[in-house]
Amino acid sequence: MANASQTGTTTPLQLVLAWGFVGIPLILGVLQTLINAMQLFR
Amino acid sequence: MGILSFLDRDHTVAGPGYSRWMVPPAALCVHLCIGQAYAFSVFNLPMTKLIGITKSAPDDWKLTELGWIFSLAIFFLGVSSAVFGRWVEEGGPRRAMFTAACCWSGGFFISAVGVHSHVLWLIYLGYGVLGGIALGIGYISPVSTLIKWFPDRPGMATGMAIMGFGGGAFIASPLSVWLMSKFGTATHVGVMETFVILGVVYFFFMIVGSIIVRVPAPGWKPAGYVAPAQSQKLITRNDVFVYDALKTPQFWLIWWVLCLNVTAGIGVLGQASAMSQEMFPGHITPVAAAGFVGLMSLFNMGGRFVWASTSDYIGRRNTYFVFMVLGFLLYCAVPYTGSIGSVVGFVCAFLVIISMYGGGFSTVPAYLRDMFGTRYVGAIHGLLLTAWSMAGIFGPVLVNYIREYNVSHGVPKAQAYNTTMYIMAGLLVIGFFCNLFVKAVDKKHHMATNDDRGIEPVGARAGVSAASA
Repeated sequence: MANASQTGTTTPLQLVLAWGFVGIPLILGVLQTLINAMQLFR
Repeated sequence: MGILSFLDRDHTVAGPGYSRWMVPPAALCVHLCIGQAYAFSVFNLPMTKLIGITKSAPDDWKLTELGWIFSLAIFFLGVSSAVFGRWVEEGGPRRAMFTAACCWSGGFFISAVGVHSHVLWLIYLGYGVLGGIALGIGYISPVSTLIKWFPDRPGMATGMAIMGFGGGAFIASPLSVWLMSKFGTATHVGVMETFVILGVVYFFFMIVGSIIVRVPAPGWKPAGYVAPAQSQKLITRNDVFVYDALKTPQFWLIWWVLCLNVTAGIGVLGQASAMSQEMFPGHITPVAAAGFVGLMSLFNMGGRFVWASTSDYIGRRNTYFVFMVLGFLLYCAVPYTGSIGSVVGFVCAFLVIISMYGGGFSTVPAYLRDMFGTRYVGAIHGLLLTAWSMAGIFGPVLVNYIREYNVSHGVPKAQAYNTTMYIMAGLLVIGFFCNLFVKAVDKKHHMATNDDRGIEPVGARAGVSAASA
C-alpha cells in the first residue's frame, strides 16, 4: 500500500490562519458571555 | 483506489516539516461545532411556538417532548463512542471527522425538515440519533491523534480539544439567537432556516478540520523529547487491546471516577440558575442568575484546559485526588455560604466545582493513555464515555428529585439543596477511593509485539514507544 505522506512544511501563516479560524469565533463568543456575566456583579 | 481514499489513515501521514501545532486547531474545528449541543436549549422555547408563533397553540410541541431531543443526543453520544471507538481508532482521524461532519450537518438538515413539516420524530431522528452519533464519533476522533503528537504534554493536548466542546456553546448560542431573529417574522419562527444555516456552517468548519489533520509518521517524536526508558509506576509503555481493557479493574475504577465526578457537576450545571435564585432570594435576580450560568460555562471550558495541563505535571491520579478532595470540601461549604448569605462564597465555590467537572472530562484521555498505552486509547476512551451517559441521568435526578422531596416536606427553598450538596460530597468520597485503588495494569493484559488483532495504526507508537526504538 502506498504511503501518501503529505509533503510541505507548515508556514507561520498557515498556523495563524488555522488558529484564527477557530480562535476568533471562540473569543467573540467568550467576550459576549463575559458581558452577559457582568450582570451578576451589578 | 476508492473515491474516498483520501480519508484513509495512510493519506493523512504527516511529512517532514508539518507542525504538530496544526493538529489542535483541527481538533477544535470539530469540538467547537459539536459543542453546540450544550446550547440546544435556545431552540426549546421557539419550537413550542411553531404554530402559535407568539404563544404555544394546542397543537404545538410541549417542552417535555422537546427535552427528549437533547437526552437522545447524549444517549447516542455514549453509544456511538463505545460502538465506533475501534473503527475511529483504526480508520484514522480524517475519516472519523468527515463522518462526524456528515452526520452532524445531516442531523440539522433532517431536523429542519422536521420543523418545516412539524413532525417531531424527524427531529428525534435527525438531531437526537444522527446528531448523537456525530457527537460520539466527533468527540473521540482527535483524541488519540493529539496524544500521539504530544507525548510530552498529552494532558494539555487533549485539554485543548475538549475545551472546544465546552466552548462550542459560546458560539452557537448567540449565533442561533441572531439567526432566528433574522429569519423570524410575524407569521414564522425562524428555526428551520437556522437549522439549515447551522448545518452548512458546521459542515464547512468540520471539513476544514478533517483536511488539516495529520497523524505522525512512524517513529516520529518531538524534537528534544526523550521517552522514559522504563515504564513509570502509573505510566505504561505497553498497549492494551481495546476489549481487553474492559477486563481490567483499572478501566472500571476510572469509569466510576469519571461517572461520580461528572454526576457531581452535571446536576448543578443544569440547575444553577434556579438554585442560585432560590438559595439567595432577593440577592440573585434572574438576570444575575443568567450571568452566573454564563460564568460557570466559562469555568467549565477553562477548567478543561487548565486542569488537563496541570495533570501533565502533577500526574493524572493526583489531579483526580484534587477533584475529589477539593470538591468534597466545596460541596460541604455550599450550604454554609447559603446560611450566612455569602453570594461571593457561593459563586466562587461553584466556579471551582464546575472547573473540576470540565477538568474531569479533559484529563481522562491522558489517564487512559497512562494506563492502557496509546494504541487503542481513542477506542477505550469511547467505551469510557458511557459513564457520561449514566451521569447525565444520575446528576439531574439527584438534584431535582431531592429538592422536590424536601420542598414537599416543608423545607424552605433556600435550604432545599443542602441534602443534595452533602450527597454530592459523599459521591466524591466514593470517587476518591475508586481513584485510590487504581494501580498499574497487570502484564497479562499487555499486547504482544506480534499481536495481530486490529491494524497497527500508522505512527501509533510514535513518541512514547518508538522514541526508544
